[in-house]
Amino acid sequence: MSQATLGIRAISGHAGSVPGAGVERGLEVCKLIDTTTCIGCKACEVACLEWNGLTFSETTFDNSYQTMPETSWNYWNLIKFNEHEREDGSMALLMRKDQCMHCEEPGCLAACPADGAIVQYVNGIVDFQQDHCIGCGYCITGCPFNIPKFSPTARKVFKCTLCNDRVTQGLEPACIKSCPTGCLHFGSKTDMKDLADKRAAQLREHSGFANAGVYDPPGVGGTHVIYVLHDSTNPEAYGGLPKNPTIPLTVQLWKTPLKWLGNLAIIGGLIGVFAHYLRFGPKIVEEDENGKQGARQ
Amino acid sequence: MTPEPHLLPNGRVLRYSYRERLVHWLAGFSYVYLLLTGLAFWSPWLFWIAVVLGGATVSRELHPWAGLVFVAAVLMMYRMWASGMKESPADAAWWKAVRHYIRNEDEQMPSADRFNPGQKLLFWGFLWNGLLLLLSGVILWFPQYIPWSLRFLRYLAVIVHPVCALLTIGLFIIHVYMGAAIERGAFGSVIRGDVSRAWADRHHHTWYRQLLRDSEARK
Ligand code: HEM
Ligand code: SF4
Ligand code: SF4
Repeated sequence: MSQATLGIRAISGHAGSVPGAGVERGLEVCKLIDTTTCIGCKACEVACLEWNGLTFSETTFDNSYQTMPETSWNYWNLIKFNEHEREDGSMALLMRKDQCMHCEEPGCLAACPADGAIVQYVNGIVDFQQDHCIGCGYCITGCPFNIPKFSPTARKVFKCTLCNDRVTQGLEPACIKSCPTGCLHFGSKTDMKDLADKRAAQLREHSGFANAGVYDPPGVGGTHVIYVLHDSTNPEAYGGLPKNPTIPLTVQLWKTPLKWLGNLAIIGGLIGVFAHYLRFGPKIVEEDENGKQGARQ
Repeated sequence: MTPEPHLLPNGRVLRYSYRERLVHWLAGFSYVYLLLTGLAFWSPWLFWIAVVLGGATVSRELHPWAGLVFVAAVLMMYRMWASGMKESPADAAWWKAVRHYIRNEDEQMPSADRFNPGQKLLFWGFLWNGLLLLLSGVILWFPQYIPWSLRFLRYLAVIVHPVCALLTIGLFIIHVYMGAAIERGAFGSVIRGDVSRAWADRHHHTWYRQLLRDSEARK
């Protein structure tokens, strides 16, 4: 357990310092998803279910290959399919593996009120600790990627762990291991960034994808899951990948300025009434002869 | 409406009926529970409150239910008190003189009816904020059922709920301070229900005079 604490750099709903902050030297990990070589085989979906031992759930047929409309509390890894019409009228079947992005600045963690329900490890993995989760669902609102999902039976929230249990043992995540085309890669953030940039340049220069690029959104400080897209100017086409994701504005206001303002106002109010009492004291009404019992004072 | 016998045989004045007092404390206790559990989720420094109150999961489960009780009590108050809480032309003068009220120079205050304008503000503040807290609270209660396309509702709720809660906390601090510390005699009025004649005459002169006139008329 102490080893786990050492590797933690941020804790949700936590008063005071973070035990592991700045202590452990560690690589930041990253998963690279090359959407241009994904064939939509869903091996990663199965691998995720298997490694994590998740219960089975209904699939939904909606005139597409997609297993269900969005990820679920027991389905953390979902290929999103989109029949995308290009500007020249030709079709592209866009496939993107959707899961937690392991944001550098995670909105889920910022929103969470429960001490230790969400932690961010030094290696960048954002992990939910369900034994500390109170099931409030604030994380659902904080996440710009629609990832945390509420389990009605557990009454807690679940999402992709980036196979934290495997990664701490020096293994790659289960999805990576299962991918038959090699479109999934796992390594340090810098290595993956390099690889992604090279692949995007290749697509631009040799494959005619002039807008090919890397998705590593700066609005959330970058992510520990990055994509190579054929058209990085239109991430929305890849099953609704937000163009410039940030922690929602009201969540930011709520968690910082409003908190300060509110706390100062409450403390100011309490001091104010106390000072008033010291200065002016109570209003005492002298009794008339009918009020012999007197007011309770 | 049959006039209640407000002038009690023991020479005191009935200010709040049993029903009014019950509803007041229903609102009071549910509000305090909401306040404490809400503050626990508001700040990590206050999370311990939820632990003391049976664990944060319990607080999270019960807070919305207490919210329903609270809003129900406030609506009952609305039924009982709305007419007395209506703004009247005399209110402006009262507000103008409010600094005398603050300085306990009550002789210089314009006379107040059953509820003075400050109490009216408290009432409407709790009513409207209570309704907004209910609306935003229901969204916070079931975020998992708000579809992604309607996520702006959640974004609104996380700001509306604490803002309204803070506004009621301001009202609440003043209300409790006045009722428990400043207005000697007021606390008894929501416990036993009665106040002295002098108290009624001083703080709610218009109301008290009307009671006297009514009782004359009934004779
Ligand atoms: C009227 C019905 C209400 C409902 C349905 C409701 C529901 C909720 C829900 C679901 C939450 C999320 C966490 C939790 O479950 O505890 C919450 C948070 C909160 N509630 Fe309420 N609530 C209501 C009324 C109130 C009232 C009257 C107050 C007054 C103090 C209040 C103060 C708070 C606060 C301070 C929070 C934490 C906000 C934050 O995390 O910043 N609520 N409420
Ligand atoms: S539901 Fe989400 S925000 Fe709430 S305690 Fe659990 S992890 Fe934290
Ligand atoms: S994608 Fe959502 S759940 Fe994952 S780390 Fe970012 S904010 Fe949290």
